[in-house]
Amino acid sequence: MTTAPLRLDEIVITHEGKPLIEVSARIEPGEILTLMGPSGVGKSTLLAHVAGFLPLGFRASGRIRLGETELGRLPPERRGLGLLFQDPLLFPHLDVGGNLAFGMPAGGARRQRRSEVEAALDDIGLAGFAERDPATLSGGQRARVALMRVLLARPRAMLLDEPFSKLDTALRDEMRRLVFERIRRDALPTLMVTHDRADAEAAGGPLIEL
Amino acid sequence: MPSFVTTIRAAPAMTLALLILPVLLGLAGVIAPAFGWHPALGGETLTLNHWRALGDTPGLVEMVRLSLFTGIASALAAFVSVALCLATFLETRFFGTIRRLLSPLLAVPHAAAAIGLAFLLTPSGLASRLVSPWLSGWSQPPDYLFPGDEAGLALILGLTLKEIPFLLLMSLAALPQCRAGERLMMARALGYGRLNGFLKGVMPALYPLIRLPLYAVIVFATANIEVAMILGPSTPPTLAVAVVRWLGDPDLTMRFQAAAGALLQIGITAAALLIWWLGERLVSRLGAAWLRDGHRRRGEYLGRGLGSLVTWLAIGVLLAALAGLILWSLAGYWPFPDAWPATPTLHAWRQATMGLGASLSSTVTIGLAATGIALALTLGCLEAETHRRRPLGAGAQLILYLPLLVPQVAFLQGLVQWQAQMGLAPGWPVVTLGHVLFVLPYTFLSLAESYRRQDPRWRQVAATLGASPASVFLRVRLPMLAAPILVAGAVGFAVSVGQYLPTLLLGAGRLTTLTTEAVNLASGGDRRLTAVYALYQLALPALGFLLATALPRLWWRDRRQMLTGDAA
Repeated sequence: MTTAPLRLDEIVITHEGKPLIEVSARIEPGEILTLMGPSGVGKSTLLAHVAGFLPLGFRASGRIRLGETELGRLPPERRGLGLLFQDPLLFPHLDVGGNLAFGMPAGGARRQRRSEVEAALDDIGLAGFAERDPATLSGGQRARVALMRVLLARPRAMLLDEPFSKLDTALRDEMRRLVFERIRRDALPTLMVTHDRADAEAAGGPLIEL
Repeated sequence: MPSFVTTIRAAPAMTLALLILPVLLGLAGVIAPAFGWHPALGGETLTLNHWRALGDTPGLVEMVRLSLFTGIASALAAFVSVALCLATFLETRFFGTIRRLLSPLLAVPHAAAAIGLAFLLTPSGLASRLVSPWLSGWSQPPDYLFPGDEAGLALILGLTLKEIPFLLLMSLAALPQCRAGERLMMARALGYGRLNGFLKGVMPALYPLIRLPLYAVIVFATANIEVAMILGPSTPPTLAVAVVRWLGDPDLTMRFQAAAGALLQIGITAAALLIWWLGERLVSRLGAAWLRDGHRRRGEYLGRGLGSLVTWLAIGVLLAALAGLILWSLAGYWPFPDAWPATPTLHAWRQATMGLGASLSSTVTIGLAATGIALALTLGCLEAETHRRRPLGAGAQLILYLPLLVPQVAFLQGLVQWQAQMGLAPGWPVVTLGHVLFVLPYTFLSLAESYRRQDPRWRQVAATLGASPASVFLRVRLPMLAAPILVAGAVGFAVSVGQYLPTLLLGAGRLTTLTTEAVNLASGGDRRLTAVYALYQLALPALGFLLATALPRLWWRDRRQMLTGDAA
């Protein structure tokens, strides 16, 4: 699958008339752009805007483009962006396999979908976990399932919202390596928001400090 | 085909129309006959004759006095009880127990509670049996009038007991909104006692939030039918009961007088609200100095003692009433002052169960249909809030309460006049829609908090994974909120099961439910059969709540997070 750069053209977000954040950037496939800054500067709001969830009371101008597609006009579900939060947010009413299948595009025979889920679980070292209750997984396992769920939806770009901040130190390095490796392998342009400098260093991409 | 979002966005307008139209039409439909205009009954000239006839009704002044007095007194008693209960128990361990008891208590139908109370406190009731003859010395039932005492004390007691759980539930929903916990902590850190801290630090913020439910309580208390029929005096009864009697009079011209009476009822209810409002002003004027006087523990123990007493008394009376109903339903020969039936028998149960089929099935079908419609509209309104990205406005919230803020007897009667005028057959579809009017406010109130508080990131995750709005609603929001939705359904079902007047009036007396049967039986003499019907009437909502709590446990037995409740 070929991917295209993600471009943020003169994005300005205002909150009740007051300017909050201004960003222009071009993120190449496989590149991770890190936005750093203390809380309250609007970096998560920017991420929400790109994903299509600008909270009420905020206004945004500028253009978001993925290749030639103008994302600003599309509803969130048609933007083709993968979003990872600091919590894994696995749907508690579905089993692990159900969570992965939720991310997969519709279509295909039931058996084929199931074997794709199995293969995906195997890929993240969780073979045989399809019927487990997400609540019984460890923190690291949940984070891996959440990542795999996003990847199975075949996004064309990634948005990471402090994705490692809730993991303990040992897990954090491991998850960083896994996430960044997948992003590069699938050549996904990625926008990461964090307040942890180590995230930015590990990403090895351009850095915007707010 | 219209898209999901378009359909959902139309839900609030549809819901509000469904609530406003019947109330307004009903009111309009009662004004014209009050002034003599009702062609279907041969009234084709405008006249004040029916008002004169109403004015000449013997005992009218007494009826009005009774409605006003019982309404205001019971609302006041319920409010004071709830305030004392909260002041005494908020943030204590026992409060969790009260919270858990609340939904089942709220679900007890008015008629069943009134019958239970009547059987408990009547001269030959369980209460006087328990103290006789060893304490009271009575070997014959004592001579006092209960229920049906002229002052309406039995009625006040019955109304108060039913209003306490409702007000408590509304307060519980409002407490987090006014940050009650922090306020109480702050007051106590400044050296205020628990009771003083609550009354001085939390109550001023809580009151405005429960004002609307309180007004609904006053409206209900001044205009209620079934509780007043069972517990209130009968000659003369409260005005609302009298109006229902006139409606059922074989002499059709009495319908005109009933319409005039309904308008008078609206006036009485409005007067009660006005009196309450003036009382509010007075208290806030007098209370301003009290709030600032710096006394931290004045009356602390007295108030807390009263709070415990009232709470335990309310729970105790309801449990004793239930026990009394069970005993009466099983009683054969049961001479006074025995506290236990001499010859327990299942006779009354067998007798009732034979004739039960029709009313049981209509109660269940109407209840399920009304609850289903109300839930669908509630979910539609709440999901529309998500898509419009703002909650319903204050005006819309008020409209949701509208059927609870207008005396039932007034606008339902008007609807019946329309029904007659337009030749619509009375029957279960109309009755079901009538029930929806009263079920909807409760399902909405019950579900709104959980629905609005659901973490928005769940639907954001689902959307970025490519799920359409319809699929987010059906595959993520509904299943994750299954438990609160089922509870809202159980609340709605309980409200429907308890409805008396809509069934009676819109069904033209031809449709019987457990509630209409129980109320009819209560005015007769057969305590055993009445007790069985009251217990059946009570069992249905209880079954609803049981299912609402058991089903999620069954569905989600392998989904731990769904059971601990962190999901919503």
